[in-house]
Amino acid sequence: MIPAPFEYVRVGSVDEAVDALSEHGEEATLLAGGHSLLPLMRLRLAVPEVLVDLGRVDELRGVRDAGDHLAVGAMTTHHQVMSDPLVREHCGVLAEVTGEVGDPQVRHRGTIGGACAHGDAAGDHPACLLALDATMVARDPGGTREITAADFFTGIFETALAPDEVLTEVHLPKLDGSWGFDYQKFQRVKQAWAIVGACALVRREDGRIGEARVGLTNLGSVPVRATGTERLLAGAAAEPDALREAAAQAAEGTQPPTDSNARPDYRRHLARVLTLRALQNSLAS
Amino acid sequence: MPRISVNVDGTAFTDEVEPRLLLVHYLRDRLGKTGTNIGCDTSNCGACTVVMDGLSVKSCTVLAVQADGSDVTTIEGLADDGRWHPLQKAFHTEHALQCGYCTPGMIMASVGLLADNPDPSDEEVREGLEGNLCRCTGYQNIVKAVRTAAAEMHEGATR
Amino acid sequence: MTDVAERSEANVGRVLHRKEDAKLVTGQSTWTDDIQLPGMLHIGVLRSPMAHARLARVDVAPALEQPGVVAAYSGADLADEWVMGLPCAWPVTEDMVAPDHWPVATDEVRFAGDTVAVVVARDRFSAADALEHVDVDYEPLEPVVDMEEALRDEVLVHSEHGTNKCFVWPLETGDVDAAFSGADVVVKRRYIQQRLIPNAIEPRAVVVDPTTASGEYTLYSATQVPHFVRIQMALVLGIPEHRLRVVAPDVGGGFGSKLNVYAEEAIALAVARRLGRPVKWTETRSENYQATIHGRDQIQDIEIAASSDGVLRGLRIDLKADMGAYLQLLTPGIPLLGAFMYCGIYKMDAYSFTCTGVFTDKTPTDAYRGAGRPEATFAIERIMDDLAAELGVDPMELRRRNWIQHSEFPYDTVAGLTYDTGNYEAATDRAMELFGYDELRAEQARRRESGDRVQLGIGISTYTEMCGLAPSRVLGSLRYGAGGWEAATVRLLPTGKVEVVTGISPHGQGHETGFSQIAADALGVDFDDVDILHGDTRVAPTGLDTYGSRSLAVGGVAVHKAAERLIDKMRRFAAHELEAAEDDIEFDRGTFRVRGDPDSSTTIQDLSLSVFTAHDLPEGVDPSTAAEYVFDPENFSFPHGTHLCAVEVDTDTGAVHVRNYTCVDDCGTIVNPQLVEGQIHGGITQGMAQALWEEAIYDELGNLTTGTIVDYYVPGAPDVPHFTTDTTQTPATTNPLGVKGVGEAGTIASTPAVVNAVLDAVRHLGVDDIRMPCSPERVWRAVHDAGQQTGQDLSDDTAGGRL
Repeated sequence: MIPAPFEYVRVGSVDEAVDALSEHGEEATLLAGGHSLLPLMRLRLAVPEVLVDLGRVDELRGVRDAGDHLAVGAMTTHHQVMSDPLVREHCGVLAEVTGEVGDPQVRHRGTIGGACAHGDAAGDHPACLLALDATMVARDPGGTREITAADFFTGIFETALAPDEVLTEVHLPKLDGSWGFDYQKFQRVKQAWAIVGACALVRREDGRIGEARVGLTNLGSVPVRATGTERLLAGAAAEPDALREAAAQAAEGTQPPTDSNARPDYRRHLARVLTLRALQNSLAS
Repeated sequence: MPRISVNVDGTAFTDEVEPRLLLVHYLRDRLGKTGTNIGCDTSNCGACTVVMDGLSVKSCTVLAVQADGSDVTTIEGLADDGRWHPLQKAFHTEHALQCGYCTPGMIMASVGLLADNPDPSDEEVREGLEGNLCRCTGYQNIVKAVRTAAAEMHEGATR
Repeated sequence: MTDVAERSEANVGRVLHRKEDAKLVTGQSTWTDDIQLPGMLHIGVLRSPMAHARLARVDVAPALEQPGVVAAYSGADLADEWVMGLPCAWPVTEDMVAPDHWPVATDEVRFAGDTVAVVVARDRFSAADALEHVDVDYEPLEPVVDMEEALRDEVLVHSEHGTNKCFVWPLETGDVDAAFSGADVVVKRRYIQQRLIPNAIEPRAVVVDPTTASGEYTLYSATQVPHFVRIQMALVLGIPEHRLRVVAPDVGGGFGSKLNVYAEEAIALAVARRLGRPVKWTETRSENYQATIHGRDQIQDIEIAASSDGVLRGLRIDLKADMGAYLQLLTPGIPLLGAFMYCGIYKMDAYSFTCTGVFTDKTPTDAYRGAGRPEATFAIERIMDDLAAELGVDPMELRRRNWIQHSEFPYDTVAGLTYDTGNYEAATDRAMELFGYDELRAEQARRRESGDRVQLGIGISTYTEMCGLAPSRVLGSLRYGAGGWEAATVRLLPTGKVEVVTGISPHGQGHETGFSQIAADALGVDFDDVDILHGDTRVAPTGLDTYGSRSLAVGGVAVHKAAERLIDKMRRFAAHELEAAEDDIEFDRGTFRVRGDPDSSTTIQDLSLSVFTAHDLPEGVDPSTAAEYVFDPENFSFPHGTHLCAVEVDTDTGAVHVRNYTCVDDCGTIVNPQLVEGQIHGGITQGMAQALWEEAIYDELGNLTTGTIVDYYVPGAPDVPHFTTDTTQTPATTNPLGVKGVGEAGTIASTPAVVNAVLDAVRHLGVDDIRMPCSPERVWRAVHDAGQQTGQDLSDDTAGGRL
């Protein structure tokens, strides 16, 4: 319940944050909303020596329209993302998925950047951002780089971020009205992590499916795309049989984890069922 | 040690705190505001919920240093000059508490919920309180109480 | 019962909002952790990360060097503090194996969470930090985690005893062999009662305030049982009982987990005695999962024999009960509370029950809401459904054929109890009507016929339970270490206000409200003029505390009896004051009157002041306006009811959605309907949680893998359905109030109702068992394995498909 002692550094800008990380190296950890980090620190499963608090970095908060995409500041809270008019208009799926994260109190403090940087394949954000082909923007002393969601999530609680790198923004595509979406989160109780989640995005095109993207939660050490499903649906008729056939491929190539809620075969099965439901609802939405 | 200024239940406090001090420990151990309880160590139970700058938060998952400059309302600051908040009244009349340990957090989460949605359905109340665990009541009377309070607040607002 | 009816016009029987609430809704309550004393030190307890190991070395010296640390102790350092180990007050058999259980382990640790060392620091932060600096060499020993493996005695929890078998306890009535050999149908099943973690939302906490110069100690503890704690701590620490005061301040739920005497209470007293300083220990939730007792954890092998027309003949139970690593206060007795309940509400010729207690390297088990009775009720209610399926009859019809008819009470059951009253017909008829039983059966048939992806199941539980623990002579015959009486004192104050002192120790039930209603009616005073005092051995020195749905049925009756005794006492003063013979004084709703002279009267409250002044009293009568009564019930009480549950099972995912939960409970005379409803709601939720969500899981090394609330699924508001509840009132005949108790009923009833519903939804697919909790994976696998559905069968029908 009581974290180990640490040095606290409050920064006022991204540059200061980058400087602090450079100075303290791997001993330093960034504090965003703290809703993944602080519980781990209280159980002393995370013991950072230096905590660099991004809470006062105003430039990291908010959503802006960047022309062909939306740029969401890393310190934008889940609550802000869910209720942001730009997100709701152009990227409703993120609003929906964010509403499934934690609980209201968690969403009041937790941030999109923190959820991404935590790199938890059982979290709701990664699969969604993967399906969206979102881009992460990060800054280190050498400058700024962009990392695709596909490259960002690299392992169990691991991301492509270097120790001295600050995730600053998440870039989201603007989706027009031809896209439908749905997130199917399957869990034991409402507070629990997803056993499996399926996030579907479907672009409708003259009664057919122009493009379908499916991101899967908790089906491996990193969030995965149901590529087999996506391939079969590209250009397919928007009909039940086509959806069923495609969803049957959802778990292809995955290596799901085993825990007290599910063995791999059940997780794969759920991936297929939830993918089908997410696709059906996407087409209906 | 960092110095923080926090307004708690209408009183301004300035204190030097160890960075690792959680807001809930600051409230309980430093300010003596023991109305806010601790029920878990994983941010699940919500017993420690307070309203910070208008939003419900779990004070076990906020460092006191993060609350610097904030306005915090705990269960102890909810009544207005001794007059109970409609939620306090409704929890009492609808029997929405038994042991009462989760109640401060449950009520403060409900304050946040009604600020977001002044007229929630049963379902919306249940979803809105998903971050608060009660082991005694089975939640049914809590749902009832929140809706009763919402109705009273609505009546008060339109009168 | 006319006097009951008269009183119910007043307070008993009405909704009165709780007296307890004001402080609780304003944050002004005092939980144990809220107590701050000058100079108070904080205790941290180091716990074993291993399930079984020899403690080769415990070195606290490095911890002592940490900032803020005042003292640190190994088990050996504290060994001379204990006169005896932590007690087990229920040696269920003469030859029961009762291993030593020291508050801090000295040579071996026997479960993950066992106490290894103690640090004492100026604040809780320093204590938490210093725990990381105690050096311990653990020499790993092989753990035994599984009960059946433990019974092979190849790996021993307590090697000095040479066996993991704690006890074997048999009960047999009637000719069991004849019942089975003469039966047309025998159904045999194995049910697993998974291990549960009680999860009172207030973690445990202990504060000790010592006055070492005079040898006096005040122990504040988040406990249900301050009186038990006082006696046992006096014995463990050798503190004279009259020098030890135990206070249960506001206590945030218990559910049996605080019906115990814990190591940390002993440790805090020992440290306070050593250091002469106030000390506090507060449990974290994760610590609670290891260090506070668990519940259930039984294997039930059950066999039922019946004739082809569905008439029950006999029942056989072979029960294995996991004790965990040590015996806590009542550990071995808990499964035996079920021994008398396996026959439920049914008539049969013969019954046999054998319970084997087993040690394993896990957290000790003990009472968890219902304590033995939920397990028994689950087994009989489930096997009634299994038997109905075997016989091809409606499960309610099978129950009707076998239950004790209303006209047959009082009834001596095959397990040896006498059920005083009951009306199973009335409760069931009402429940089926509220539930819409026939309509739901019709919908179920439609869904089955169409092969709907979402199948509907209906579960029944027509339970009874024995509560109001308990008649002392019965407890004695079961070798229980105490009686089951309860004490109350009713005291009129000079200004006419009333203090009621009770030996029960509430922690959320609303006893201050309910007992005020009883006392106000008995004395004819206002509800608001009564205060209930409890939970402090200096205020309420006599009592046996709160557990086993006993508070109202034993403690509430004691209040009523004490009030009547006080009225009799006051009658003498009234006669003196009104200058009439005592026999001519009538008492009605607070007023003494001279029979036949309506103008000559005085109220009991006015009379109190004149007795207080004592200026003019009858000869030889002392000026006391208080009366005590210690009530020892002649029998248990037997609440009952009918719980009906409808679930939708998504056969594609295994997800279970509770669509309708309806129950009608009969807890006898109702003192306050709102309190009853609250107990039922909360009770159902805990029982449903066992059916669907909760399970404490250990890996083969004895690590608790569900070690936080993140992994142990305590249901939240969105997980639980709306309940439809109602009551019937068949007054108990064994106490003057007609009350039975209601604290555990919901939990006892609901688990089988929910599991029966899940099975009923998929039984036609070839499924006859799903282990609890009925998780989606288990349900899906059961359906899948039954061969009726496969992983590739993806129906596109989403109608009604809730996840």
